[in-house]
Amino acid sequence: MALQAIAFYLLAAVTIVSAFCVVSARNPVHSVLFLILSFFSAAGLFVLLGAEFLAMLLVVVYVGAVAVLFLFVVMMLDVDFASLRQGFARYMPLGAVVAGILAFEMIAVSATVASNGAAAANADPQSNIGQLSNTETIGQVLYTHYAYFFQASGLVLLVAMIGAITLTLRHKPGVRRQVIADQVARSPKTGMRITDLKPGQGISE
Amino acid sequence: MTIGLAHYLAVAAILFTIGVFGIFVNRKNIIVILMSVELILLAVNINLVAFSAYLHDITGQIFAMFVLTVAAAEAAVGLAILVTFFRNRGDIAVDDVSVMKG
Repeated sequence: MALQAIAFYLLAAVTIVSAFCVVSARNPVHSVLFLILSFFSAAGLFVLLGAEFLAMLLVVVYVGAVAVLFLFVVMMLDVDFASLRQGFARYMPLGAVVAGILAFEMIAVSATVASNGAAAANADPQSNIGQLSNTETIGQVLYTHYAYFFQASGLVLLVAMIGAITLTLRHKPGVRRQVIADQVARSPKTGMRITDLKPGQGISE
Repeated sequence: MTIGLAHYLAVAAILFTIGVFGIFVNRKNIIVILMSVELILLAVNINLVAFSAYLHDITGQIFAMFVLTVAAAEAAVGLAILVTFFRNRGDIAVDDVSVMKG
């Protein structure tokens, strides 16, 4: 139990400190790297809670895809990030006050819920409901009760993919491209012409 | 020394707060704003998974998976819009986004 507590406090501290570095780092590349660290430690918290499948999903989806996407975009855009930081000190006090109040309220609510709510009856997290592993349990529920939602989330990803491609695809003017429809529709009639040519006379377009 | 539900909820609350704070202080830098939104969604996910574990109900984890899906889609489309905006204007200052209308 003590080992679990040490692991929890370590992972929670790393998550929170690196999350703070995400919003306060001067260099956005550092921000993205801290974001990766934050997600990685959050995955550790998920493992502590017994949600191994979601932990691995977090590592694969966030660290492997989303964070790398952010990294690409940050490095690709040639932006003067110093100018984007102006106003940081101006908004800092108001932001800190609002954040402090928000954190206090949310922690108060969550402490109440944890001690008085329905969850108070169960003292420890349970990963294995019955004999099944976490992944098996998720599969059994996801593909039966939530099958339509699962399909819908696939549709969301498809729409996002099409949207991202449509937004960023760019046709350069002046570049000759292959038009397959024109090639297929080509016939001898349109493809060549027969010209009567007098001897000693050139032909021009 | 035992770790209860309140501990996880507190971590999620602090993470959520940091995300909101990040949106406040980085009002011009849309990349950091997008990352703050990701942090907020991560906080929501921690809440869902913590409740799922302590209520012995797997539904919270299923829902966290859907949140993850939407977050990934949102990041992809957001960054695509950002790249298009940068191409058109050569800058990513969010203050000027209103000129995009029309």
